[in-house]
Amino acid sequence: MAYFTHTAKELQQKLAAKEVSVRQVTEHAFEQIEAVDAEVQAFLVLNKENALKQADELETTPFEERGPLFGLPIGLKDNIVTEGIETTASSKILEGFNPIYDATVVRKLREAGMITVGKINMDEFAMGSSNENSAYKKTKNPWNLAHVPGGSSGGSAAAVAAGEVPFALGSDTGGSIRQPAAFCGVVGMKPTYGRVSRFGLIAFASSLDQIGPITRTVEDNALLLEAISGVDEMDSTSANVEVPKFSEAIGKSIKGLRIGVPKEYMGEGVSEEVRASVLEALKVLEAQGAVWEEVSLPHSEYALATYYLLSSSEASSNLARFDGIRYGYRAEEAKNLLELYKMTRAQGFGDEVKRRIMLGTYSLSAGSYDAYYLKAQKVRTLIKQDFENVFENYDVIVGPTTPTPAFKVGENVDDPLTMYANDILTIPVNLAGVPGISIPCGFAADGLPLGLQIIGKHFDEATIYQVASAYESTTEFHKQTPALWEVKA
Amino acid sequence: MATITKEEVRHVAHLARLAITDEEVEHFTEQLAKIVQFADKLNELDTTNVEPTTHVLPLENVLREDKSIAGLDREVMMKNVKDQEAGQVKVPAIMD
Repeated sequence: MAYFTHTAKELQQKLAAKEVSVRQVTEHAFEQIEAVDAEVQAFLVLNKENALKQADELETTPFEERGPLFGLPIGLKDNIVTEGIETTASSKILEGFNPIYDATVVRKLREAGMITVGKINMDEFAMGSSNENSAYKKTKNPWNLAHVPGGSSGGSAAAVAAGEVPFALGSDTGGSIRQPAAFCGVVGMKPTYGRVSRFGLIAFASSLDQIGPITRTVEDNALLLEAISGVDEMDSTSANVEVPKFSEAIGKSIKGLRIGVPKEYMGEGVSEEVRASVLEALKVLEAQGAVWEEVSLPHSEYALATYYLLSSSEASSNLARFDGIRYGYRAEEAKNLLELYKMTRAQGFGDEVKRRIMLGTYSLSAGSYDAYYLKAQKVRTLIKQDFENVFENYDVIVGPTTPTPAFKVGENVDDPLTMYANDILTIPVNLAGVPGISIPCGFAADGLPLGLQIIGKHFDEATIYQVASAYESTTEFHKQTPALWEVKA
Repeated sequence: MATITKEEVRHVAHLARLAITDEEVEHFTEQLAKIVQFADKLNELDTTNVEPTTHVLPLENVLREDKSIAGLDREVMMKNVKDQEAGQVKVPAIMD
């Protein structure tokens, strides 16, 4: 039985009816990983012994005391620290690192009764759009193993798409949840900046990073976001705002809801198939009473350069802590301390990480600061204002998640600028700090999934879920599974 | 049009505490020049009276009550230290 075609709600019904046990559901995750992960290559570390032990312990909790995610398995992107489970952020510089505390989201998942199955592959330190920048393995797209799963949360999206886990957490700095969700045909939400605590998330760009849920359905996504959201005294940038019951937005009518469709997201560089799928999706929403109009986010073309300057600058500062002294990899042959730093970092970081540290250090250095870093911060203000202007008259913004479906493994590795261009439709959302989701909205001619992006106002994830569930309720794309799953399950 | 020289690349690598080979200097000079030229696109925009955004939310100082709480044990904190002696972190000579 392919357990993970079922939603959380359906799995809870089966648990309550004693059709299955928590242990069986947990075991199923490991069976599916055993069956498909040699090909998909999503998991870095499995937490089998502890997960099964936890499953047995949870079994005795009375049903009336269980929440909607109780006893269900989840996979975690490897930049989320887990006490006692090796955490590397897919970097050689953290090889063997054993965190001494749990991230806040990990604590919250445990409180919700969720079971951590293992840690998931990613682009090193979340820098990348294809999972090809991992120091350990290259995750493949479960729909077509010759293609990338996207990145940087490519492993998380692939694991859900391949039926290895029904839930995963990713992180999104410039599209790292939404782009892989689109490429792998699953649901991925980047919450409002500040919605979810970043305590225990290995920092890439602190003013942009957010942890978010990756699932097969919109409702499951809303339930998981509810579980991980909320202010946290360990993260002073987590927002002290009410966490609504996002799942209550599921199934609510979208009659009269106003949708803005940015012309900049539907123009040059966006493939015909992608554009057509978005127009088709707008018809589906229109049929349910929503109205849509073309709008403009005039500074979109500046977002990519702004993002690479700001995120690399923040990264060059955040990654200064990896020096070989207190944890992780340490170069053996250094003769003095300065050499130890330099050699450890040269040997421990991959090419893309070094490139961004170099770019960031350059843009922050004397003589470049005003021209690059400060300039980018000012343009960020203009990009943020673009969104504020549109949201004065519209409830959500809708467009494609990515300009094209998943590209081939190896296609863009030698050309950073082409690789970066992949994130052109997701990056502005992080710069503005607003929430955005990607949901499945069709398939390209070659069978690869396409994603629809729905962007909302600050702290208005509920309206995003409302629109996403309205779309999902009258379409079947989210029910498709890759052939690899059908064969092995 | 901004350019970036090999000397600048070596200097930046030093600031970033990255050992860098001659081959990497060539490679990074070329790639960083392309990225920096791409970033020059931002100069098309007049930002004279635009305030920089450092943070997207209207946050002010976030304070907590000033009380002491238990930290982590030294033993726990030393768990990932490769080279240690008598509860302290060991490093090679700080000066030659």
